[in-house]
Amino acid sequence: MLISPILFLILLGVNLFFVGSRPPQKVNQLIISSIGDASFLNPILAQDSASSQINSLVFNGLIKYDRDLEGFVGELAESWEVRGGPEPEITFHLRKGILWHDGKEFTAHDVKFTYDKIMDEKTNTVRRSSYELVKKAEVPAPYTFRVTYRQPFSPGLETWSMGIIPKHLLEKVDINTAPFNRKPIGTGPFRFVEWVSDEKIVVEANPRYFQGRPNLDLIIYRILPEVALNEMEIMTRSVDYSSLFPFEFKRISHVPFLKTYSEPSLGYTYLGYNLKNPLFQDRRVRLAFTHAINREEIVQYVLYGLGTVATGPFPNHLWYANPHVKPIPFDPKKARQLLAEAGWKDTDGDGILDKDGKPFRFKLITNSGNETRRDVGVLVQRQLREIGIDVKFEFYEWSVFLKDFVNARHFDACILGWGLSVDPDAYEIWHSSQIEKGFNFISYRNPQVDRLWEEGRREYDIEKRKQIYWRIHELIAEDQPYTFLYVPLGISALQRKFVLVEKEGSSKETFHEIKMEKAGLMYDLIKWTVPQQIVLEQ
Amino acid sequence: MASFITRRFLQLLITLIGISIISWVIITQAPGSPIALTIDPKVSPKIVEQMMKNYDLDKPIQQQYYLWLKKLFTGQLRSFKDGRPVMEKINERIWNTLLLNLVATIIIFSLAIPLGVFSAKRQYSFLDNLGTFGAYLGISAPSFWLAYLLILGTVELFGYPVLGMRSFVTENFTTAEIVMDRIWHLMLPSIILAIGGLAGLSRYTRSSMLEVVRQDYVRTAKAKGLPEESVYYKHALRNALLPIITIFGFLIPDLIGGSIIMESVFAWPGIGRLSYQAVLARDYPVVMTILSISAVLTLIGNFIADILYGIADPRIRYQ
Repeated sequence: MLISPILFLILLGVNLFFVGSRPPQKVNQLIISSIGDASFLNPILAQDSASSQINSLVFNGLIKYDRDLEGFVGELAESWEVRGGPEPEITFHLRKGILWHDGKEFTAHDVKFTYDKIMDEKTNTVRRSSYELVKKAEVPAPYTFRVTYRQPFSPGLETWSMGIIPKHLLEKVDINTAPFNRKPIGTGPFRFVEWVSDEKIVVEANPRYFQGRPNLDLIIYRILPEVALNEMEIMTRSVDYSSLFPFEFKRISHVPFLKTYSEPSLGYTYLGYNLKNPLFQDRRVRLAFTHAINREEIVQYVLYGLGTVATGPFPNHLWYANPHVKPIPFDPKKARQLLAEAGWKDTDGDGILDKDGKPFRFKLITNSGNETRRDVGVLVQRQLREIGIDVKFEFYEWSVFLKDFVNARHFDACILGWGLSVDPDAYEIWHSSQIEKGFNFISYRNPQVDRLWEEGRREYDIEKRKQIYWRIHELIAEDQPYTFLYVPLGISALQRKFVLVEKEGSSKETFHEIKMEKAGLMYDLIKWTVPQQIVLEQ
Repeated sequence: MASFITRRFLQLLITLIGISIISWVIITQAPGSPIALTIDPKVSPKIVEQMMKNYDLDKPIQQQYYLWLKKLFTGQLRSFKDGRPVMEKINERIWNTLLLNLVATIIIFSLAIPLGVFSAKRQYSFLDNLGTFGAYLGISAPSFWLAYLLILGTVELFGYPVLGMRSFVTENFTTAEIVMDRIWHLMLPSIILAIGGLAGLSRYTRSSMLEVVRQDYVRTAKAKGLPEESVYYKHALRNALLPIITIFGFLIPDLIGGSIIMESVFAWPGIGRLSYQAVLARDYPVVMTILSISAVLTLIGNFIADILYGIADPRIRYQ
């Protein structure tokens, strides 16, 4: 009877011995960790970030953003032209000779097919909204794709970076349930190899890629649901690249075989005031709040310094953010003064400001499960208390939070964040037509800003658009319908063994360090490699 | 016996229908929706409505329930998340969970029973007290915390990957090394998974043993000069293990139901993680199917336990 515990101990011992004598590794592959499993390896159905990341390796769009996220460069399209007018027309001239991973040739019919599938009501895609202003899409020649809009709509250009799917494989099947979604065929730099549910997804270099074969042989996505343990896997080198938590950043940056990166995210976190609530209708009150909230402190203590104070509705680092709009300084004295001007004084000496016998008291809400927002809320609550505002802070489960509070417009103030697309158009968030059913749930209304958003959508010229968005930035910062809190930095770690290789001519290769681009670390992924002659430092 | 089985079987069926209706109502009526979980300004509310329609979520609840049942039995049931047949998704993961839990169960039973008997034999000795202390520690310490400690400790000590079912860089491994690698990855989560059960079951065996060794027939056995080993392991233990049958009945659903926390912590691709993610994503077809499977297994487990009682203990009669 006592044999089983002994057997167990022996097994354990053999195992520990084996583990101690593990051989080192040196292969030309990249292992990326991902929190969640992918859902659809089909760009028109995928909504989650894991799927989108893999889709971007397997599929190509017609165009893609350049490395500074300012303009576009051709991908499947060699060139394109925009013909202005009341019903603008975009004509894409496609590259010839691009092959799908199964060997069939890519043509404009695939593009048309992709568009038709997105517009098909039976397709379970959320992408349709972006194409609603398209009047027609046609294929005038096998390598030409033309799209006509009902009205000028410059944000529409970005939507053609959507991955194109093959017509010959998806024409005759139900796209929502097609086996294709689990073993995709694309035109991209990497070919799909294998997907083991909840464990890994593997892609390999596409030798016939139109920009040349990528240097890496394999890319493996490992699904590691417990983010806190990601670090362990980086340290044991069984993950090469992973995003990090702010609190891990300092620790990881001291590890000799790892390099850490940071980039401003495309989004920001804010404190939104329900402008239907009389408490917040006075601009001076909102401005006073922004003065009273020490956003530098929030960035420093909640984000460990890994963020910047937001000044308006755009992330600070891109072309459409107005550099002349400076953050409103932390100034509690000014805040008290502004509130006094608005009629809020502490007449009964209880430490809470009041007006017409009513104390300044409101409820601040956010979703539960987001520790950053919780910490931000606690700081906001304390800082507002110091100028005599009584804040009750509550969290609700995400779906309840959305349904009963945000969508029902039933809240005083909320802490939330926006994740934005690269195009500056945020009509859905700020235009007054979006108050009823759209995303303008704080009910912000400014006719001048409305007009500018409309203008921005009509304008295709980047310089003119810049003027428009700079003005919007100024106006919204002046109105302070939100207290713009911060733009977080996205941080990640990569094993140092990876380098960028540039091939000049046929034999000469130069190695460069991998740098963070505005378009992300992986912008030049097809040039990454693990040099074989360099011995890795232990 | 036959009439007892038929009667129990009918009861089982009715209970099952009841369970499925109640869980259907709770799951679908809980706040949240499978569509548009995030607020994305590029997704208009109109699209969300259309998607609800595509997934039959605009239909009345009783009709949705009927549709679910129909699809379940015709094999048409598909996950909202990736459009794949639910059974296929479950089949992919259930064997991983089964493996993990089977190993954990083997650890529990092979260690707990000897430990329990040993403690009972030397009641209140130093080792028995140590065992008691260890058992309380094992029961009260949260398993995810123990898992974190174990992971941190092993990574610190050996620098060898622990998460997942296998290592990822195994190009220059021999077959034996690959096998050892798999065992290594199986070992840590199953040890953690076993700790709680081990602590509980060893206590259970101990107290059950203590009760039995005071019985007359044990004294008789001792008096007629049987060796101690034979008295304890042959006569006493058999009788002491009767209540363990109940525990075994509960174990069956556990084997399949998996462990949500351990599978997430150890990145183990099993059914527990699937059901957790499905709940978060409000993937009703998957949640409901897993719930129904574990309901069936619980009922079957109880059913088997009932029959086993009759076999193990002749005093029990079915009427």
